[in-house]
Parts: sequence; C-alpha cells; structure tokens
Amino acid sequence: MLPLIVAAMTFLAALAIAGAQGAAELGRHWQQGAAATLTVQVPRPAAPPTAPAAAGETRRDRVVTLLRGTPGIATVRPLGDSELTDLLRPWLGSSAEQLALPLPAVVAVTVAGEGPDLAALAARLEAAAPGTMTESHGPWVRRLALLARSLLFCALAALGLVAAVAAAVIVVATRAALASRREVVETLHGLGATDLYIADRFARRASRAAALGGLAGMVLALPVVVALAALAAPFVNATLAETALPNLADLLATAWRLPPVLLWSLPALPILAAAIGYVAAQGAVRAWLRQLP
Amino acid sequence: MIRAEGVGLHYGDSDGGADGAAPEVLQGLSFNVPGGGWRWLLGPSGAGKSSLLRLLHVAARPTRGQLNLMGVDVGQARRRELPALRRRIGMVFQDFRLLSHLSVFDNVALPLRLAGRPEGQLRADVTEMLRWVGLTKVAAVRPSLLSGGEQQRAAIARAVIVRPLLLLADEPTGNLDDTQAERLMVLLQEMNRLGTTVIVATHNVALVDRHPGPALELSRGRLVRDG
Repeated sequence: MLPLIVAAMTFLAALAIAGAQGAAELGRHWQQGAAATLTVQVPRPAAPPTAPAAAGETRRDRVVTLLRGTPGIATVRPLGDSELTDLLRPWLGSSAEQLALPLPAVVAVTVAGEGPDLAALAARLEAAAPGTMTESHGPWVRRLALLARSLLFCALAALGLVAAVAAAVIVVATRAALASRREVVETLHGLGATDLYIADRFARRASRAAALGGLAGMVLALPVVVALAALAAPFVNATLAETALPNLADLLATAWRLPPVLLWSLPALPILAAAIGYVAAQGAVRAWLRQLP
Repeated sequence: MIRAEGVGLHYGDSDGGADGAAPEVLQGLSFNVPGGGWRWLLGPSGAGKSSLLRLLHVAARPTRGQLNLMGVDVGQARRRELPALRRRIGMVFQDFRLLSHLSVFDNVALPLRLAGRPEGQLRADVTEMLRWVGLTKVAAVRPSLLSGGEQQRAAIARAVIVRPLLLLADEPTGNLDDTQAERLMVLLQEMNRLGTTVIVATHNVALVDRHPGPALELSRGRLVRDG
C-alpha cells in the first residue's frame, strides 16, 4: 500500500514542479519580453514634423531619430506595412490590407536596463510630433509578473504539502509496522541494539518502498509533464504560437527539450521520496523507542 | 557486580492504587552479588521475580533507590549508555524470544552483529557455540521447527555467545522435561564456573534442591531471604 500512496504523491509532486517551472518561465518571459518594450504610435507619419525640419523629413523620421538618440533605449524598429496589416487582421479580417485607412506608424522600442524616463520621453515626442502616443507595458507586466510569482509560490507550497503528506503516511505505516513487530523490537532492544540500529532496519524498508513508489509516480507523470510542456511552449516561444496543436512527434521531441529544471528534478523525485521515507521512518521509530529505557 | 540499595519499582500510574499512585511491585530491595557469583531467585508467582529480572536486564529503571550494575548506576545513566551495558548481560527467557524470521545460526549470531563483530570473524564462534549446545545440525533451521528443548538451547547460546558478565534466566526450565532441565543446569553452571555471574529465577523447588546455592527470595515485592 505504501508504494501506491507514494506513487500518487510523486505524481502530484511532478505536476507541482511542472507548474512551478511553467509559472517561473512565463514570469521570466513576461519580465524580459513585454516589460522591456515600448510601443510608440505616430499619427500622420508622412506629414512634416514640428519646425525646424530637414528637407523631406517626416514625423515618423523625427520620432525614430529622437528615440535612437535617447539614453536607455536599446533598439528602435518601425514596423513595416505588412506587420501593421498583421496586427489589424484579428480585428478587421482578411480584408484589412485592402482598406484605405489612415494608419499611424508604429515603432517597436526595446529598452535597456532601467530604461528612459517615460514621462520626459513622451513630452519630447509630443513636442517633436504632436499626437504621438507612448505606450508602456510595464504596469500590466508587473501585474502579470506578480501573478506568475503567486502561481510559483502556490506550486512550491503544493510541493511542500505533498512532501509533508508523504512523510505523514510513512510515519503512520511505520508505527503500524512497529506495533505488529513489537516483540521483535523489544528483543533486539534487550540484546543491546541501539536505537540507530533498530530504526535503520525500519527506515531502509520504508525507503525502498518509497523509492519504488516514487519511481512509479515519476514514470506515470512523465508523459503528462511532457504534454503540458508541449502545450505551453508557444507561450514562452512566440515563434511557435502559430503552429498547430502538438502531435506525437512533437511530444517526443519535447521530451528531449524539457527545461533543465524538469530534466533533473523529475528523476530526483524517487530519490527524494526514498530520503523522505528514510528520515520519516527513522524519526517515527526513534520516537517510539523512547518509551523503552 | 550487582549492588542494590533500597530499590523500588512501579509501572506507570495507569493501574494506580487507592491513593492514585501506582503500587510498587518491588519495595526497598537491598543486596549485593559479587562477580562470578550464583543466585537462585525464588518466590511465588507475583512475588516480583520477573520485575527484578527486568531491572537487572535494564528493561526498566528503578523508580526508587540505587541499582548499580557492573559499575553503571542504572537509574542515573544516560539512555545512550544503556545498549552497551545490555550487551554485557545475557538473558534467557522462559518463552525463548527467538526471532522467527531468522535461522538458528542468525539468532545466535545476532548479539555479535549488534556488538559490531565483522561477519568474517563471527562464523567460527557461532559454529563453536552451536556445537557446545548440540544444535549444529539445525543451524540453518527456523526456530519454529525446533523442539522446546532445542529452542531453549538456542536461546541460551544466544545469551552466552558474547561471554556476558551477567547471565539472567527467567524460569528457564519451565518448558523443559527433567532431562532437558538437568542439561540446561549443567550449561548454566559451566558458564558460572567460567566466571559469569548467574541469576536463575525459578519456582521449581526440586531443581533448587538438586543444585543448592545461595538465593534471593522475594515475597510481595520485598526481599525476605539473601543467602
């Protein structure tokens, strides 16, 4: 019975680890991606900017030049027409490129380090090309990052809870084993066996049972974790966002590309289960033995 | 070897007496047994013989008085000091208490293993001990397949394999016929002759008459005879 319970606990632990890893990965992705970007929209991009303007200079050129000269900005990339059309397609459908709408220029900006003073930058852009809007993703990303951290904490708490329940189950099983072998234990005690010796006998058995259960739970959890990783891949890798749902070949490929944390933590689960089994059983037996002189 | 001064013992307080305190099963025992001595431990059932043996086997600590075994104050010693003391004491139980999942050989070898004797060095001693008690042919057999006399001899072999300084026996002839009982007495006397202090609890008066020796006699938890 003990291996079955530990197998179930290990399965849940594997899911908790996968959840923690997923939350951490998403949080990192949001933090490093969206939080470090700005979107600048320039209405009437082809119109001349505020004087003085060079010959042929447009509002978009002025904004791009100003952004490139601003400390704290890493890259400045005006989106092309096709990219703008792609942005509109979800709202306007496949005919978006045929519509003769006066579209603003959109400039994608990535910031470096702490980034520029956004209020001051917006004021300078407004002065250079009135109507220019600067959109920072920071507040939303901070909220999402907080959500990700909360999910990570919950996953780790679930992991700790699973470990605690597993330890409690092992303690109960060990006490039952002690009750059924009381005479043997008392005989060993009377022959001069130390608490360590007696506890070690029970702990080794509990450890083996827990390791067996841990191995079974890990094997059962592996395909589930791989499937979850394959489904989550597009959320942390934008280039996969348009791909279809993963097929079996994708799942097998994902198995070899699991995040390093999962690659070492999943095989570590049976070892961890064995360690918990050993320590919990040792503690239970030693506590029981203290009733003897 | 053994020095008892005003030793008392009671077991918890769940079966307490009229005033709520547990009644003492042993009261004010004072006696000395020198090293290499022999004592019969006599008294009717319920007199406290088994309780005194429990104290001498360090299966319980005195709740009153002072009990000194081989230089160790049993009442005051730290718990982690007691296993080493127990390994210097051999105990033969009336019901043998052999471990059913081990062979006779492994039962007899157990005290040596607990003492940390390497496997390569214990085989010869165990084999010699089994030969001494006449159990060589059943060394690989589980205890449940042995006769009562054979189980008793295996229990004695286990008790003396570590050459204990103190050997305790609780009604050791209780499950044996006269012939086996006499053979057991020869074994115990041989151990005593080799220097082991031996204390044998019994209510078999005929056995004591055939092997006269000094005795501790208990009645209702009190010592009524010493010598």
